[in-house]
Amino acid sequence: MNPDLQSHPRLAPGCRLGENNQQRVLLMPERALRLNGPSLEIVQRCDGQHTVEQIVTELQQIYSKAEPQKVESDILGYLSLLQEQRALDFA
Amino acid sequence: MNSAPTAPINPLALIAELTHRCPLHCVYCSNPLELQSRANELDTQIWSRVFREAAELGVLQADFTGGEPLARTDIIELVRAARIAGLYVNLITSGLPLDEAKLDALVAAGLDHLQLSFQGAREEIAAEISNTKSHAQKLRVLEWLKSRRVAVTLNFVIHRRNLDQLAEMLAIAESSSATRVEFAHVQYYGWAFANRDQLLPTREQLANSVDFFKRAQDRLSGKIRIEYVVPDYYAKYPKPCMGGWGRKLMLVSPDGAVLPCHAASVIPGMRFDNVNEKSLQEIWERSAAFCKFRGEEWMQEPCKSCDRRHLDFGGCRCQAMLLAGDAAATDPVCSLAPTRGRVDAILAAVNQPKPASLEEKPTYLYRLNPS
Repeated sequence: MNPDLQSHPRLAPGCRLGENNQQRVLLMPERALRLNGPSLEIVQRCDGQHTVEQIVTELQQIYSKAEPQKVESDILGYLSLLQEQRALDFA
Repeated sequence: MNSAPTAPINPLALIAELTHRCPLHCVYCSNPLELQSRANELDTQIWSRVFREAAELGVLQADFTGGEPLARTDIIELVRAARIAGLYVNLITSGLPLDEAKLDALVAAGLDHLQLSFQGAREEIAAEISNTKSHAQKLRVLEWLKSRRVAVTLNFVIHRRNLDQLAEMLAIAESSSATRVEFAHVQYYGWAFANRDQLLPTREQLANSVDFFKRAQDRLSGKIRIEYVVPDYYAKYPKPCMGGWGRKLMLVSPDGAVLPCHAASVIPGMRFDNVNEKSLQEIWERSAAFCKFRGEEWMQEPCKSCDRRHLDFGGCRCQAMLLAGDAAATDPVCSLAPTRGRVDAILAAVNQPKPASLEEKPTYLYRLNPS
């Protein structure tokens, strides 16, 4: 299920950015996710301030060579994955 | 010349067994039967150095466990030291002894994740298993946690005596702030091995529990992450114990000995290096105990030529020791193991029609406390 475009995703308690072997990671209970360019851009904006829609708009600007629809569906898919991992709260 | 297999790049988790002291006496405690006394425990400074060395080695997460880690009077300093070193700090606790001020101090010191262990869904079963009154305190801790910014996991350890309480356990989780619940069937090492015949579930109980977990996972997807661990005596293939010997984890025991897993001291002839004498990196790369079952050189048939050896690494060395009498044997729970018959005989006894012992409180060997 895709998150609501007007909701404000925020990293859940116990989920935070970290670093390992010069690689940014999302640390969470019993797990760590490697973050590459786009996934890091998304996670850094899950601060309770940005709406999902704003994250989409900002990443469409950063990745302006990519198809905007594709950027949006990738972001929604990634946010859903983080939600399944219980790494996000939506306000 | 016998060259040691190359060490994997780095361990990912450090299991810090801060103490073997504990207010509970659980019949399935994973601590060794021979417990370390308080006098032998590492001090704050040495633990702090160990955390720094772990972070430099590439470890991401520190699991504070015991015994009961809160029994350490320096627990706040230890949390702070691990966090400052750059580790993700996970506290595995019974919730005793804990009050709101201590909880606030733990969170302020940088605690990332608190795992609260439960012996069941009710006071009676908790008392039967832990020989302590602790259930009401755990429920109080859950209330306190609701207003604190820390990840919460509930750990329900399950077995024949509490498998009828799964729905109540899940209800406790749903009314808490937990984002994650672990339902872990007892694994039979340490004290649990001594109490195995009282704890092993029946085949029917196991099947019902797996159905329950799958339905719960579907229903709570996106709200609570539900994980379950089945008892491997019922499995067709062994578990990849510790993600493979010396591949992912290091366990530092209260006296500073570094082990590849909780139970490794059951293997005769094992010598464990100590953080008092060597760095974690040196131990990870060269310790005889870590090299002993790394890679595949040590394997016997049928593991040696089995396609699954990269998946399960031959299973658990300690279980091979406990059940087959040979730590290098194929894990006896494997359906391909020549010793699988021993496991089947144990299960046959458990699955006899309606043993009276299912109803009565069994006689247990309770975990003792170190001096």
